[in-house]
Amino acid sequence: MAAITLEAVGKTYTGGVTAVHSIDLDIADGEFLVLVGPSGCGKSTLLRMVAGLETITSGSVTIAGRKVNEVEPADRDIAMVFQNYALYPHMTVRQNLAYGLKNRKMAKAEIDRRVDEAAKILEIGAFLDRKPRALSGGQRQRVAMGRAIVREPAAFLFDEPLSNLDAKLRVQMRGEIKQLQSRLGTTSIYVTHDQLEAMTLAHRLVVLNGGAIEQVGTPIEVYRKPASTFVAAFIGSPAMNLVQAQVEGSTARLGSAVLPLPEGVTPGPKVTIGMRPESVKPVAPGTEGALILKTAYVEELGAHRLVHGQVEGQNFVCALDPEGEVGDTLTLMPEPGAVHAFSAETGKRLG
Amino acid sequence: MVENRPVLNFLAHLVLIIGVAIVAFPIYVAFIASTHGPTDFLSGLIPMTPGHNIWHTYGTMLTDGMKSSGMPPLSLQMGNSLIMALTIAIGKIAISIISAYAIVYFKFPGRGIAFWLIFITLMMPVEVRILPTYKVVAELGMLNTYAGLTIPLIASATATFLFRQVFLTIPDELMEAARIDGAGPLKFFWDILLPMSRNNIAALFVILFIYGWNQYLWPLIVTTDTSHYTIVMGIKRMADVTDAQPQWNYIMATAILAMLPPVLVVIFMQKLFVKGLIETEK
Amino acid sequence: MKRTTFNQRALAYLLIAPQMAVTIVFFLWPTGQAIVQSFQQEDAFGLHTNWVGFANYQALFADPSYIQSLEVTVIFTVAVTFSSLIVALLLALAVDRTVKAGPTYTTLLVWPYAVAPAVVGVLWWFLFNPTIGPLPYVLGQMGYNWDHSLHGQDAMILVVIAAAWPQVSYNFLFFVAGLQSIPASLREAAAIDGAGPVKRFFTITLPLLSPTTFFLMVVNLVYAMFNTFPVIHATTQGGPAGSTDILVFKVYEDGFVGLNLGSSAAQSVVLLVIVIALTAVQFGWVERRVQY
Ligand SMILES: Nc1ncnc2c1ncn2[C@@H]1O[C@H](COP(=O)(O)OP(=O)(O)OP(=O)(O)O)[C@@H](O)[C@H]1O
Ligand SMILES: [Mg+2]
Repeated sequence: MAAITLEAVGKTYTGGVTAVHSIDLDIADGEFLVLVGPSGCGKSTLLRMVAGLETITSGSVTIAGRKVNEVEPADRDIAMVFQNYALYPHMTVRQNLAYGLKNRKMAKAEIDRRVDEAAKILEIGAFLDRKPRALSGGQRQRVAMGRAIVREPAAFLFDEPLSNLDAKLRVQMRGEIKQLQSRLGTTSIYVTHDQLEAMTLAHRLVVLNGGAIEQVGTPIEVYRKPASTFVAAFIGSPAMNLVQAQVEGSTARLGSAVLPLPEGVTPGPKVTIGMRPESVKPVAPGTEGALILKTAYVEELGAHRLVHGQVEGQNFVCALDPEGEVGDTLTLMPEPGAVHAFSAETGKRLG
Repeated sequence: MVENRPVLNFLAHLVLIIGVAIVAFPIYVAFIASTHGPTDFLSGLIPMTPGHNIWHTYGTMLTDGMKSSGMPPLSLQMGNSLIMALTIAIGKIAISIISAYAIVYFKFPGRGIAFWLIFITLMMPVEVRILPTYKVVAELGMLNTYAGLTIPLIASATATFLFRQVFLTIPDELMEAARIDGAGPLKFFWDILLPMSRNNIAALFVILFIYGWNQYLWPLIVTTDTSHYTIVMGIKRMADVTDAQPQWNYIMATAILAMLPPVLVVIFMQKLFVKGLIETEK
Repeated sequence: MKRTTFNQRALAYLLIAPQMAVTIVFFLWPTGQAIVQSFQQEDAFGLHTNWVGFANYQALFADPSYIQSLEVTVIFTVAVTFSSLIVALLLALAVDRTVKAGPTYTTLLVWPYAVAPAVVGVLWWFLFNPTIGPLPYVLGQMGYNWDHSLHGQDAMILVVIAAAWPQVSYNFLFFVAGLQSIPASLREAAAIDGAGPVKRFFTITLPLLSPTTFFLMVVNLVYAMFNTFPVIHATTQGGPAGSTDILVFKVYEDGFVGLNLGSSAAQSVVLLVIVIALTAVQFGWVERRVQY
């Protein structure tokens, strides 16, 4: 178990693509850190630099107080779970789990003890003597986890370990990983592009964009106070509505709607306003300063309904209770404190 | 699909039966000829039914050969063919798999050049460079040796490309997982790559065994010493020397014995054979 | 190459060394020698070699026996390629129609591939033997006097049959694979559209089989030009009167038996150019196929 520190870590591939720009991160002992971001933002690259699978072109990575830039993956005391599991197809489950321990010349009895224990934790005891081919996707996923657990490493590295599972299994395994991690208390770095997975698993989230950090924080912090329009649009589902508005004193005007701006927003001609679909509520038609939504279509999700449409010609979604009919237009008001403001130029959070 | 065309179905079977007959006919005649005594051929036409000389013919050829034409016993020649076929098959597989491993899993200066050098050997069949190659072998003192029979044929662009293809389809993550599990390059090769390529190796082995056994031109020029004759080239020497009065029963017995091992390999390992054939042509 | 690689360079060189050594010593060096020698001539005693420019090539193409060899090679190659392709396609189509018996027929048809070309040559040499062979006997009954040691045409037919015979198996296997890879749905769609078996063959099967056919054509051309040496050597030895003297046999004869170094080297280079051209065609095709 160990803390991991990244100092100004950067990666430029041969050929000139800079996938990661100077990243600083302190990961505490026992912390579950999730790297999240869209495809191609450099999550895997960063994780693989920690694993030792990619060379680090600038900065340094420290695991348990030891700088590991030049250390082979096998000697970094980490274990990794891959998206496609990377199980050795010609070995049985037991051999797969034992392989890394055997290579480390561990005593046979100790190997057996660890394999059996991991099998018990993950409930894979019944197919220890099967080959990976004869397992379902979920079972393979467990075996891949088992291979990491038996090593009892300082850190677990996960690269989208659930992406190859169907939606239902993904939710189930997500829960199991969370429980397992808190039970073992092993420092973990987890890469995903699924914001829901990131929100539910993380102690702390790191939102990456274009190889740089957009925001670091607990899931609630990131949800409540997104640092930029990028984060605002990425975290939360359905995504936050982002609309352009005129600044008028301490309010923003959007057609007939007048929205209060958060404290400390310096006046400028334009601002990007963010409102989460779940934080706007219908009010009586004709209410002063309300948003007028022209409805286009409705998605019924059971627990609530999503109404898609336009406000002043800009796309807008709101999540409403599934009661009554939806008219051609809706009159909506954001809840107090639910209006976010971002710079129209840089996309950075204001206030 | 419902299709009721008895005439077409009948035609298909007819074509196939004729095809099988054409394919089998030469072998049948050869086998029949090998069962007769030498005098049975003087009457004019080859007999079409088996004779009674089979044990004598095969026995003589296997143990004594044909002294009159300087043919060593076929058992010796078949042994040489076996050595040659096995050495070529195993040798080609061994050096190709390790060079493919180097090309796919290592980065080193000259990697591209090595790849191209191997590639262009595809365009240099031995028939094209026969004389200078012979000279090299002669200068190296490898005439009439097993090394001379096999080593010059042991480089293989086809096998190298096949293994390269196989390795490229193995997910990158497997090697990464193995490295995290503490396996170095040799361990990874031995523990993971080799077992995973087992089927391809077996298929290639079948093809290369046939290739090695059937070599003709190369043994013809590098062996003059009868103790190194292989059966496929020996059969020709026999037919040559006995030109005046070919002893067809002996020649045909030799032909049957020369084709038996590779044919049995194809029949009993047909799946691997087909796989090997199709893979090596990719 | 892989995303991550090992960085033990010395090991990499060690792994590739055997292949490189054999390639350089027995492939590249001799080929280089052949190219150099094609521009040289030895004096009568083999003491001096002189540069003679293209003289060897000029002599070669002025030599009627070489021109004849070129013609013979073209006829032989085309005949072997087309006869083995057509017979193989016919057999493959027939197997494709049979449902249950297919694998049995396949087994009975593929094994000739394993018979050494030299042995095949000897077999047909025997079958066509003018005095005792069964085929000349049958031909004789039909009024044809077969003698491949006298008639060039008979000799050519003999070597074409012997060379094509094992190749039919090879082509057959690839045609069967090609036919199986045509989605059944296509033929079913055509059948629903009212196309009968013959029409389906020409409008669906044959066009979709054309990549296989083209590939096999190149492979067969290479085979017929370069790998048929044993067939010729074990049977006609290029005769009678050079009527089956294909290029690879001639290069062996002139160089190895006749010891005419310059001419043999020039012939080697001509062959080399042909292989390179055929390989280029083959790989050009592979490129195109990748784009489909
Ligand atoms: N070997 C490489 N050489 C050059 N560029 C690369 C290499 N590997 C990745 N990249 C580039 O680096 C960037 C980051 O890639 P990375 O694999 O880290 O993305 P990711 O965030 O994991 O995306 P995904 O969610 O799709 O897995 C991408 O633009 C990618 O094209
Ligand atoms: Mg990734």
